[in-house]
Amino acid sequence: MSFLEYCKNLPESDPDANRLRMLLSPKTDENLEEMARTAREITLRNFGRTIQLYTPMYLSNYCENECVYCGFRSGVKVKRSKLSLEEVEKEAQYISSTGLKHILILTGESEKHSPVSYLEDCVKVLNKYFCSIAIEVYPLTDEGYRTLINAGVDGLTLYQEVYDQHIYSDLHPAGPKRDYLFRLNAPERAAEQGIRTLNIGALLGLAEWREEMFFTGLHAKYLQDRYPEVEMSISVPRMKPFGGDFKPLCEVSDRDLVHAILALRIYLPRVGITLSTREDSLLRNNLVHLGVTKMSADTTTAVGGHTATGEASETVQFGISDDRSVDEVKAMLRESGFQPVLKDWINTSK
Amino acid sequence: MKDIFNAGGKELTSRFFLGTGKFSEKSLVGDVIRASGAEVVTVALRRIDSGSKEENILNYIPEECTLMANTSGARNAEEAVRIARLARAAGCGDWIKIEVIPDNKYLLPDNAETLKATEILSAEGFKVFPYMNPDLVAARKLEDAGAAAVMPLGAPIGSNRGFRTKEIVRIIVQEIKIPVIVDAGIGRPSEAAECMEMGCSAVLANTAISTAGDPVGMARAFAQAIEAGRLAYLSGKPAREFTARASSPLTGFLRNSGRD
Repeated sequence: MSFLEYCKNLPESDPDANRLRMLLSPKTDENLEEMARTAREITLRNFGRTIQLYTPMYLSNYCENECVYCGFRSGVKVKRSKLSLEEVEKEAQYISSTGLKHILILTGESEKHSPVSYLEDCVKVLNKYFCSIAIEVYPLTDEGYRTLINAGVDGLTLYQEVYDQHIYSDLHPAGPKRDYLFRLNAPERAAEQGIRTLNIGALLGLAEWREEMFFTGLHAKYLQDRYPEVEMSISVPRMKPFGGDFKPLCEVSDRDLVHAILALRIYLPRVGITLSTREDSLLRNNLVHLGVTKMSADTTTAVGGHTATGEASETVQFGISDDRSVDEVKAMLRESGFQPVLKDWINTSK
Repeated sequence: MKDIFNAGGKELTSRFFLGTGKFSEKSLVGDVIRASGAEVVTVALRRIDSGSKEENILNYIPEECTLMANTSGARNAEEAVRIARLARAAGCGDWIKIEVIPDNKYLLPDNAETLKATEILSAEGFKVFPYMNPDLVAARKLEDAGAAAVMPLGAPIGSNRGFRTKEIVRIIVQEIKIPVIVDAGIGRPSEAAECMEMGCSAVLANTAISTAGDPVGMARAFAQAIEAGRLAYLSGKPAREFTARASSPLTGFLRNSGRD
């Protein structure tokens, strides 16, 4: 049964789903402090006083999609570029010199410019520098995932963006991303091929956040139940302003974001929660106490942005709100009583 | 007489094994070891960053400690075996704690795959310490496969729920000859003491110590509780009675009637 069928067949009285609804409901907002204490305690027991660090590496921003909320979408006049393997190596050398051993590679959706074979070549270069390579690219077929896992990829990050199918359809008017189900079922395809970690999420701001977080939590639970061998995690990205005129369809305040994180943590005690630099340093400093287990550091959303200069800035997808270096994030974590974990995997098949 | 604990071909005086994965500072591990007198420390190979002096946890573990690398992340016997071999090649010695966990929801181990890995690694000369679901038959098979000890869980990892599996662990302690080391779930020193009073050979703790307000103090408390529990076991714990009983309520009539 696919996740969509699972949702359709979910009885209204399902106690587990209702628990998540209750955790996310406006009524529990007044108990936020109590929820925060519970979430913190659950996180400490399950993950200890540690936060894992990673950084994204943008390989290419060619894109055939027209996501109306995205600065990289097809038709938007931004400079398009794609890293050569030499440039990938240069980025890798720089990033690994900061001590990071976990990397997340990203591309826009373009079979033509960033096909699986290109990603495979990049992964082979990155294997020399990193102990864990995750991908955040367009959804692939079984074969695509198999190829990349065999090449050395061990993690998949894929946001559904928005679980509401009507809104999804409105926001993705053209391009391969219009196929809601192909995207929704992608984490399972990767799990079937033996991926080690899955990270899912909804882009907060595209639809009513409580509903979106409800389906995100349910989706994570569904995947965890079916693939217990996979390490699950959830991201909670909030819409960031970009060059265009898209306005978020739903305001998500800091308090709402905190509420979402706490509800997910309490509902899924063993699932990781990933926090990107979309959020500013002050908020990130505070969120480490509430359930977050993974954070990015020293980030850029520009293609080759870690090492390129000048023109690279024209390929920025969205502005980040926390530009601290790896050392600065490490120092913040230590001050907050957390051990920054730079290495937490060993890929024995390499 | 000195109470020496023989495990993996070594003579240990401390029966407190320490896990290292959840501390706020790697340097704290050294302080905790020194305060508690722990002689065996387990480290996940996946966390060892040998390329970085500052980030390498091994640099914080006193030399006199015995390192027991663990196969955290392995989902089957094959992956556990590969990690164990990598650990030995990386200079982590031949003590290996096998963790085969195909379940990320509860972190419960797979005894069948653990047994396979134990057979292979024991034959390769490793001192194998398998983490297991408490099960007498599995424990006997691990013993036959050459395990240096068995490490049944007290409760799921990180749960701090205490010694929930005690009835089964008690049977394992009585029935097998290799050391029984309770690993996981022990949340308080008193629960560690209970394991030892029962006759377990040692206790491994991590979460209870690393997430305590004062990890060094808590480690010391665990060490003392483990010592106290061991002494109680060696001293022959008196049997428990909950209520006072008349001396012979069922056969007293014999005496009263002169038929005794």
